[in-house]
Amino acid sequence: MSATLGESPAAAAPAAGAPAARRGAGFGSTVAAVLRKELLVELRTLESVPAMSLFAVTTFVIFHFALNRGSVEGDLAAGVLWVTLLFAAILGVNRLFVADADQGGFDAFLLAPVDRTALLVAKVLTLLGFLVALEIVAVPAFSILLLAPPVGPALGGLAATLALGDLGVAVIGTLVAAMAVRTRARDLLGPLLTLPLFVPIVIGGVRCTAPLLELTHRSGPPARWLATLGVYDLVFGLLAFALFDFLVED
Amino acid sequence: MPSAAPAVEIRGLVRRYGEREALSGVELSLPAGSTLVVFGPNGAGKTTLLRVLATLLRPHAGRVSVLGSELPGDAWAARGRLGLLGHEPLLYSELSARQNLRYHARLHGVGEERIVELLDAVAMTRRADEPLRTLSRGMVQRVAVARAVLHEPELLLLDEPYANLDPAAIELVAPLIGASASGAERTRELCSHDPGRGLAQADLVLGLRGGRPALLAEAATVRASEITELYR
Repeated sequence: MSATLGESPAAAAPAAGAPAARRGAGFGSTVAAVLRKELLVELRTLESVPAMSLFAVTTFVIFHFALNRGSVEGDLAAGVLWVTLLFAAILGVNRLFVADADQGGFDAFLLAPVDRTALLVAKVLTLLGFLVALEIVAVPAFSILLLAPPVGPALGGLAATLALGDLGVAVIGTLVAAMAVRTRARDLLGPLLTLPLFVPIVIGGVRCTAPLLELTHRSGPPARWLATLGVYDLVFGLLAFALFDFLVED
Repeated sequence: MPSAAPAVEIRGLVRRYGEREALSGVELSLPAGSTLVVFGPNGAGKTTLLRVLATLLRPHAGRVSVLGSELPGDAWAARGRLGLLGHEPLLYSELSARQNLRYHARLHGVGEERIVELLDAVAMTRRADEPLRTLSRGMVQRVAVARAVLHEPELLLLDEPYANLDPAAIELVAPLIGASASGAERTRELCSHDPGRGLAQADLVLGLRGGRPALLAEAATVRASEITELYR
């Protein structure tokens, strides 16, 4: 069945001289707008950061009793710290796009004449912010509850290692969350896809952190493992940039 | 008065969800400045058609042109020139009306004065700073109307726009989503279950049943009983 309304033969062609595409916000302004919205939503709901922080502190308490030790150091300390932080990060990853998917924010963003990778950058920065907030709570808690050596001398190296690890977690987490959020099994799919991709971050993070958390604190993080973390971040950053547009499309 | 250039042109559109054809065989041409009203029972494909035209769903077969842009390839050029008011308000419930509109205004490059103007137009100025979750559904719908027309779209896609609105609110939003809002020529696609109100606004009527067109005619030639027949 076909019908036209007031159509002339000339008008049947795609509208000649149709108005040019409207320009929306620039890349930076779009990132800033999404970031601002994310922070407002988090401040209103307090859903992600408090849950991540509480999870991390509770896990340290569980490790305290499960290991049956008053304190840990070296490899064990680094392992406990990174595993706890990554599991806590998954809580944030799972919530990252939920408000957008459930309340139509995804569609609204897709309708705007803006670069869609701005959403990726804004979400990575959001998750990065959540991870930093988590670590501001979790690292002192770890130091008080489990860590044998004082954390002060290790702080510089630890901050550099955590920053590189956080960047990888944020990029991978955002990519996976964008993939999982439109599926019915998003709560399962998120962790199942994220955890294997976090393994190289755990390995690199623990190798970098272990020397910092030894009682003697002999050296800083090994440059080789810092570089490995950096390369992993870069690879996934490029991958996310290339894939994100396809992930958010129908 | 509608102009002759088609704002929407559809030829042999097919859209599937898995194996199921949600929409097939739709062919129509809608000149700029006209209003297409789509009727049909639940699950007939009205919302699917609306989302295809909004560039949110890809057509699986056929040719769809919106505001001179072929979908899905040139969808980017149509975005920003169309406004969508669907079943969902596309607003964050934790944010206030003003915060939501400000977010959308930033994405569309619209100034603050337009937000103030629209909040006033939908009589939401007084409660503009309260989280949406504390507002009634009708109030949220008024804010959703403001969001849909914030950037003065050339093509307005409306899915039962008066849902949840009382008569006074309908009077408030009707000028905003009307055919000649802001004095500019505006094309509209409107999904409706109300034959009286729908026919009064329509230039072209499409009736869908089971994802296929069961009625397609100029509004002046359609009787309300033909619309009612679609639902039997």
